[in-house]
Amino acid sequence: MTDPIPITVTVNGAEVAAEVPPRLLLSDFLRRHAGLTGTHVGCEHGVCGACTILLDGEPQRACLVFAVQADGARITTVEGLADPDGALHPVQRAFHEAHGMQCGFCTPGFLMTTVALLERTPEPTEEELLDALAGNLCRCTGYRNIVAAARRAQQALAAGAGVPAAAGAEGRGDGEA
Amino acid sequence: MARREPLVGRSVPRVEDERLLRGQGRYVDDIHPPGCLEAAFLRSDQAHARIVAIDVEAARRAPGVVAVHTGAELAEHLEPMVFQIARIVPPPVAESTGATSRVHPMPAIPADRVTYVGQPLAVVVAEDRYLAEDALELIDVELEPLPAVVDPEAALEPGAPLVEPTWEDNGALRYRFVRGDPEAAFAQADVVIEETFRSHRHIASPIETRGVVASPDPHDGRLAVWSSTQTPHQLRDFLAGALRRAPDTLHVRAPDVGGGFGPKGAIYPEELVIPFVAARLGRPVKWIEDRSEHFSATTHGREQVHRIALAADRDGRILALRDRIVHNCGAYNTLGLVVPYNSLTHLVGMYDIPAVDVELRAAVTNTGVTAPYRGAGRPEAVFAMERAIDRLARALEMDPADLRERNAIPPSALPYRTGMIYRDGTEQTYDSGDFPALLRAARELVADEDWAARAGAGRRVGIGYAAYVEGTGVGPFESASATVLPSGRVRIATGAASQGQSHRTTLGQIAADALGLPLEAIEVVGGDTDAIAVGFGTLASRSLVVGGNAVAAACAQLREQIDGAARLLGIEPDEDGALPLARIAGALTPFNPRRPAGAPTRLHAEALHHPGPVTYAAGVHAAVVAVDPRTGQVELLRYGIAHDCGRPVNPAIADGQVVGGTMQGIGGALLEELVYDEDGQLRTGSFMDYLLPTAGEMPDFRLAHVDVPSPLNPLGVKGLGEGGAIGPMAAIANAVEAALAEHGVVVRSCPLTPARVRELIRSASPVATATTQEGP
Amino acid sequence: MKPAPFAYHAPAQLPELLELLADDLSDVRVIAGGQSLVPMMNFRLAAPEVLVDLRRVPELRGLRWAPDGALTVGAAVTQAQLLRDRRACDAFPVLAEGIRHIGHPQIRSRGTVCGSLAHHDPHAELPALALALDARMTVASAQGVREVPADDFFVSYYEVALEPGELLTAVTFPAQPADAGWAFRELARRRGDFALVGAVAGMRAVGGAAAGTRLVLFGVGDRPRRIAAVEQLLDGAAPAERLGEVPALVVAAIDPVSDLHASAEYRREVAGELAVAALAEAWERARGRGEDQR
Repeated sequence: MTDPIPITVTVNGAEVAAEVPPRLLLSDFLRRHAGLTGTHVGCEHGVCGACTILLDGEPQRACLVFAVQADGARITTVEGLADPDGALHPVQRAFHEAHGMQCGFCTPGFLMTTVALLERTPEPTEEELLDALAGNLCRCTGYRNIVAAARRAQQALAAGAGVPAAAGAEGRGDGEA
Repeated sequence: MARREPLVGRSVPRVEDERLLRGQGRYVDDIHPPGCLEAAFLRSDQAHARIVAIDVEAARRAPGVVAVHTGAELAEHLEPMVFQIARIVPPPVAESTGATSRVHPMPAIPADRVTYVGQPLAVVVAEDRYLAEDALELIDVELEPLPAVVDPEAALEPGAPLVEPTWEDNGALRYRFVRGDPEAAFAQADVVIEETFRSHRHIASPIETRGVVASPDPHDGRLAVWSSTQTPHQLRDFLAGALRRAPDTLHVRAPDVGGGFGPKGAIYPEELVIPFVAARLGRPVKWIEDRSEHFSATTHGREQVHRIALAADRDGRILALRDRIVHNCGAYNTLGLVVPYNSLTHLVGMYDIPAVDVELRAAVTNTGVTAPYRGAGRPEAVFAMERAIDRLARALEMDPADLRERNAIPPSALPYRTGMIYRDGTEQTYDSGDFPALLRAARELVADEDWAARAGAGRRVGIGYAAYVEGTGVGPFESASATVLPSGRVRIATGAASQGQSHRTTLGQIAADALGLPLEAIEVVGGDTDAIAVGFGTLASRSLVVGGNAVAAACAQLREQIDGAARLLGIEPDEDGALPLARIAGALTPFNPRRPAGAPTRLHAEALHHPGPVTYAAGVHAAVVAVDPRTGQVELLRYGIAHDCGRPVNPAIADGQVVGGTMQGIGGALLEELVYDEDGQLRTGSFMDYLLPTAGEMPDFRLAHVDVPSPLNPLGVKGLGEGGAIGPMAAIANAVEAALAEHGVVVRSCPLTPARVRELIRSASPVATATTQEGP
Repeated sequence: MKPAPFAYHAPAQLPELLELLADDLSDVRVIAGGQSLVPMMNFRLAAPEVLVDLRRVPELRGLRWAPDGALTVGAAVTQAQLLRDRRACDAFPVLAEGIRHIGHPQIRSRGTVCGSLAHHDPHAELPALALALDARMTVASAQGVREVPADDFFVSYYEVALEPGELLTAVTFPAQPADAGWAFRELARRRGDFALVGAVAGMRAVGGAAAGTRLVLFGVGDRPRRIAAVEQLLDGAAPAERLGEVPALVVAAIDPVSDLHASAEYRREVAGELAVAALAEAWERARGRGEDQR
């Protein structure tokens, strides 16, 4: 039973079917089998958050999920945030406008965390905002512009900035396993 | 060319962002040539041991394994690694300080002995990383433990266990600088303070670990190497020598790099072994460092002990400085003076001190190799000096900020010679800057609030400062080329590489202004040894200074070529002054029958910028802390940074660099510590143990700019990649000590964890450490 | 840091799951949220041969309310799920307050309540909360079901009263008096980190005196500690008169150790202060709730 197990995972709206060893981490599945290298691996022990994705609408660390556990799940990665026609998600635009990135390695994880936060809590308190963002590590920016970007995104979304159809709309899970 | 507002000096949005936001970056692990194998390294779990036996046969037969090599096998093909820079002691430096540095070859994988936990013992190459790690568990290693030495002072004691058995002791490097008559000054001073300050071991910990992909091309025999490196050209040159092949048969690229901060500027065993193995196998091989390896296998920084003394008169004029420094090289002295010498040249800082006596001894120990980490010897020195300043202020009963202003070198005294020789062999000269203005600006950043009220009952408030200067833009050179492409766009290639510094934007701004083009018409390629043949790389706060000026020079030349070609072709600029570059480039091709005789076939210029002496950036940090004496918790209420970067090319990007560096420094002051036990076992091996600051620890940052353009380069720029990281340890230690003044606490090291702060309070005594002497 | 190979099962029925756990020839482990287990597997500090995923078993999902107000939390319920349940947060505010200190949303969205209890890191919030709230653990195996009081469940570091083949299938929090006031305090290095030291305190206000006082400290030894001596000291008295004596009793009752993050001495020093702060806040809330009841 360490033999490969067939799984089907919906990633950014598209089905990805593969036979995978049980121990294959979801982060590796997304990067190799789904060919989506935007989800980055920074620590493989659940602290840095670079691998944050949305799994059934909830922000989770892909390095702490086995791909076999994600069979049947709906996953959104950073590649799924922009419009099919290319328009950036308001959170992506906000990070650009606020100079919220330098090397860019932690950025996809922060984008997913921020998207998840603002979907569930459109008007987060300072406490709620920091609680979410503190789950992702950045070593380049010192966080000031990342926090500013999240607030900027909050304002843009509140003002009715278009959220691309692909991202998040199907993501509002209620935590059922 | 086109008339428009200059881009340099404006916070133009970054050109890098779009693809990175979409997850379309290409970091080294995103590069996976067809058929690429993956490697894993077996690493020593002993700090010092003789390799008795190593049996890899079971590993070789493991599923998916293609090759396994031990150090003994590799020694037949690969010489121990020696870096040119370690050999260099410029004659003026030797003359000024008697500096000596032992060359210390480092085997890529040792055959006989291991000297630090994490040192490679063998490499496994397999179909994927999972299988490679399985095979590691099948390798049978017999290690005979040897006595280990961890503390650098202990390593320098007679009789200490030898880290390098061919040496008679563990002393890797030393220097001593004396100016004026420090002995007399100390004897005659009204006040003398003497303290021991320890800068602890840090890691840079970029969010992307290291990695190498090497891929031999069967068609042309070249070897392509991608490495998460700051110095691809240096890596190419090193590999050419080590693999005994012509440099042009190597194509080394730094792809997108997820943070460097210094450690990725070193050259590592894995960067030699993986290309070697790939060439030997004739197949692409990848090695991606995992986070667990990173703690021991990527270089560390900042560990120094300073026994420092200041002598002053009763009015607060500093008369003399004496410092005895012990520096920990880790297991190999790979880079010689690079870091330890910065501690000398950045100790005096912005103060005018008549007599100076500084001696440094560096020891090898059975710990991870140390190398530059953002600041590279400066944070350690500034910690000692700025702490000493505050101790002196206390002894003099003077405000520490006033004491700094009392001794600050005024602008009228610049250019100011410290009497020291800089590491590049030139006379150390502060070329420009307004240090008193920086001090005033920093004070103002924290002067506008009732801090005690903000902190609330039960918490003590303290304000601490740290002032520093920073030599930036060190040579020897940086390269740039500028080429008009058939599309009419201009490609800039440079030896500078980027790990988040936004060079594609800032160097693009410089090029755009020099050429009179919009930013969208410029593309910047860095970190590619095929794009430009020579280069130095990004480290030491130099790329904007040295690379930026190289870009400007190349573009100036290109502009002349373009104007000349336009005249030859009879092409006039339009009403905005713009020339149609695509049309000009098209008219110059050999295919054009109406090409004027003597016209160039392409528009291309190259330049190297050889800077003279370094140009001095400077800063003053001001930390406001609230300390709860009952729990020891320290909260940063505000963190002020007054900064001189000469002339910001892109203010938003410049501030981003400063804030980012400062946050790393804050991490070191309050949270981060790499810990070895006395047997050389690494106790901090994960992010659960080594705590990085998060957004939750971010203080209210306030920035003030006191920019004085550099007279030493045409752009007037100064480097700013490292400055932010230099001040925080000292500023926060000063602030905490000030907050706990009534307890008589003396802060001698960081991080100031809650438990350590409580310990300081518990063990404090009100006895002052100053000796007040009778004046003459 | 790739884990060692293992076989994986995700049964949809509880009996099947328990049968898989009963295999005593293989090294079998259960996985729920994986937030504690998977890091250990990635470091290869844990290398189970068989991993049994409990998240598809229907009986293990969901929150169930008993008529008397007790809340039963199934093994697959995530910390985030509990936080989102309005009734649970109203009935057990201290549970919600404590869970909010666990990591970050990305951890809580997958980490389970029971998983944290079964993992039993003594610096973690949930074991202390379970102890303070007198929780009962439902333990099942192929042989049957038994209930274990929290105090008997937590044995030592990463050690709980689960025999091989046994699974924590649910935790039940008994209904708390409506007029009880609770407080949760924690000292941590960073927001969301494990506690250096933590305290959970609860009591009712009857007349001007405390009643039914509970005090649990965590991060102070190899398991969370109920400080009975303090509970007895405060019951029947006005807390203001007695709080000064609390630190000494706390120090006498705990046995903290030194680790990378804090010394034993530090933990001893701050535990008393933290307990006093938590008790004082619980008292204030109890008085407020007592007034609400009238």
